[in-house]
Amino acid sequence: MSLTTYEPSLADEVQETEAEVRTSLPVRDGVEIGPRRRIRSARLDDRYALFGAAAGALAIATLLFGWIAPLSGVVGFIVVAFLAFIAIYALLVSTTGDGREVADRVMTVVLASTGVILFGALTFVVVFTLLRGFPALVHVNFFFQDMEFAGPLDGLDVGGVAHAIVGTLIQIGIALAISIPLGIVTALFLNEVGGRFARFVRTIVDAMTALPSIVAGLFIYSAVILVFTHQRSGFAAALAISVMMLPIIVRASDVVLRLVAGHLREASYALGASRWRTVWHVVLPTARSGLVTAVILGTARGIGETSPVLLTSGVTNVMNSNPFEGPMISLPLQVFDFVRSPEPNIVARGFGTAAVLLLLVLALFAIARFIGGRGAGNLSPRQQRAARNASERDAERMDAAAARRAASAQPLEEPQ
Amino acid sequence: MQIGAIVSDDRGAGGITTTATTTVIFADEEPHARPEQEPRTLKPRPSRSDAVFRAVSFSAGGVTVAIMLAVGLFLSLRAGSAMQVAGFDFLVEQKWSPETGEFGIAAVLFGTVTIAVIAMCVSVPLALGTSLLISEVLMGRLKQWSITLVDLMAAVPSVVFGLWGLFFLQESVIPVSRWISTYFGWIPFFAVTDQDGAALTDASAFTSSAFIAGIVVGLMVVPTQTSIMREAFMQAPAGEREAAFALGSTRWGMITAVVLPFGRGGIIGGTMLGLGRALGETIAVYMIISPIFAINWQALKTGGNSVSALIALRYGEASEFALSALMAAGLVLFLITLVINFAASSIVARSRSGAESEA
Repeated sequence: MSLTTYEPSLADEVQETEAEVRTSLPVRDGVEIGPRRRIRSARLDDRYALFGAAAGALAIATLLFGWIAPLSGVVGFIVVAFLAFIAIYALLVSTTGDGREVADRVMTVVLASTGVILFGALTFVVVFTLLRGFPALVHVNFFFQDMEFAGPLDGLDVGGVAHAIVGTLIQIGIALAISIPLGIVTALFLNEVGGRFARFVRTIVDAMTALPSIVAGLFIYSAVILVFTHQRSGFAAALAISVMMLPIIVRASDVVLRLVAGHLREASYALGASRWRTVWHVVLPTARSGLVTAVILGTARGIGETSPVLLTSGVTNVMNSNPFEGPMISLPLQVFDFVRSPEPNIVARGFGTAAVLLLLVLALFAIARFIGGRGAGNLSPRQQRAARNASERDAERMDAAAARRAASAQPLEEPQ
Repeated sequence: MQIGAIVSDDRGAGGITTTATTTVIFADEEPHARPEQEPRTLKPRPSRSDAVFRAVSFSAGGVTVAIMLAVGLFLSLRAGSAMQVAGFDFLVEQKWSPETGEFGIAAVLFGTVTIAVIAMCVSVPLALGTSLLISEVLMGRLKQWSITLVDLMAAVPSVVFGLWGLFFLQESVIPVSRWISTYFGWIPFFAVTDQDGAALTDASAFTSSAFIAGIVVGLMVVPTQTSIMREAFMQAPAGEREAAFALGSTRWGMITAVVLPFGRGGIIGGTMLGLGRALGETIAVYMIISPIFAINWQALKTGGNSVSALIALRYGEASEFALSALMAAGLVLFLITLVINFAASSIVARSRSGAESEA
């Protein structure tokens, strides 16, 4: 229906609305409604084309590699099979569709295969580490002993990485104790106070996210270790991790705080709340899950980074729980130290340590997802009870204040 | 003076007239019901808690900036003494022996850039394809799962990637390297020769090369790039997507006409942020590569170096002056990543403002 024929009828409708009829539903009785059409899934002939192309490609590759051409190697086989698959599939699609449809189908297949390659490779990295680390992980002593009495030729039933686990926990604990308060308060400063200095701070923090982690380590090595402490220690490593982690946490928290809806803040200000009360009772609770996620993801980066601790923490085989005295190794550095050894048992320990580190990071990430998955203002029963109690207390306080004002029979002041 | 009611009288019956008038009725017209007051000042007068909050947050920002500036200033000051000795030669000298005064970052910087370029060749197609797959093709739960998986992979420690590269990838890549150098050896970049120019074919010539390190670093930065590109692609306006479909476009046609132009900033920004990470990556490179201090144009051949691997290698035995030279190398690396990061974030920010124009 073209526009010119439609316009007069619209004018008729407008005049008619004055009378009574507005919308009439079409009569549904007696109309056959077929099965719902699935517009997203592939048609049957598409699937045949896919299967056919896959079978043909495999056949061609097998022929080339087995009989005809002097080709060999797994990688080459896969590449040849993939190219043949694309060619055959394009040919099959072109029998029914035009050029644009061929391009669409082929590109969909290409996109899907990049996804398969990437996810396959990344999953393989993780699974490879866990599998190679498994022989070390099955020994309980691996988690509870250090390497003090384990020589390079000893089996996996002697010695472990307890000292590295403790070192990692202490170092990351100190680093978090420095960078969480500083980072989150700085992010609050950027968002809630603002001003010219805040813009300057934001620029500097953005710049420092570019700092290579090895340079952070080098800075602590030459500014703290060589000048003050004259020995490598867990505390120096924690400082290096903090320097690396601080910009990450500030930036991530900044993004989260910026997402707090402006009308929530304005509503709080309109009710007469001060800036600090707005931050404490509106902004922070709203952004809580996002802030926790930001901190945990920053922690995952900080735990896994080897290069800052490589220069600052020192390598040791014994348990050291004093961060200020003597070298204190951590998990990533222990991995690095183990796998440089030619002994197969030590390399196995290295993979086991890497698996422990990986599991730690995965656990942190799972926690972050669990907390971050809950939206702002979506409270658990306990938090709901707490919020209810808090508003009851507020109501009581306001009632009491009103009663006090009424008792002191003075004319009402203009509210500030 | 109080306002009793606002009556809005919309006379637009039938949509013919469009003017609407608003009449304000005053409730009680007592002119001086309250005593005359001073006009209120518009300047905020912070309460005590506000003042404390301001002071604390201001000082936290100050401390953060102080730490960051201290790093930058300290690096530049300490780097200065080495820079004065080396002068401009610092950028063109290949050898690294600060003890004899002959040192420069030409070789390591070249190695760093080679590894980063190879990494980008691996990572950009993968990231582009995967982010388009996630944002345009996958639906429902599968989409959510892949987004989570990509974010998770960004948190995998680099030492784990290094292990994988050292113990698995190395063996699988050597035949590929050999094949490339055999059939594409006429391109200087892919050739693998000894000093006399004779082609090498034994496996030991292909281990610990910049090529292998580049592949590992590339895989490491793919998740970062993918998530930035995916964010940009998902912001492409729904109205224009539907317009493209309504004009009869296929999905790929819609992607080339709407999603890619809108996501261009995200593509460039994501690539550059990944490049920044690839340039600064230490441990995976250090584990895989066998360090040499000469410019190696043959990326497939064993031997290479990077600035961060140089620092990790040499910081221990370094004297005061050698340390200063390492600082200078670190400073150059920092400046390069800084420029790349700023360019990337400004490109990403600019593209985002454009994408919001139409919903």
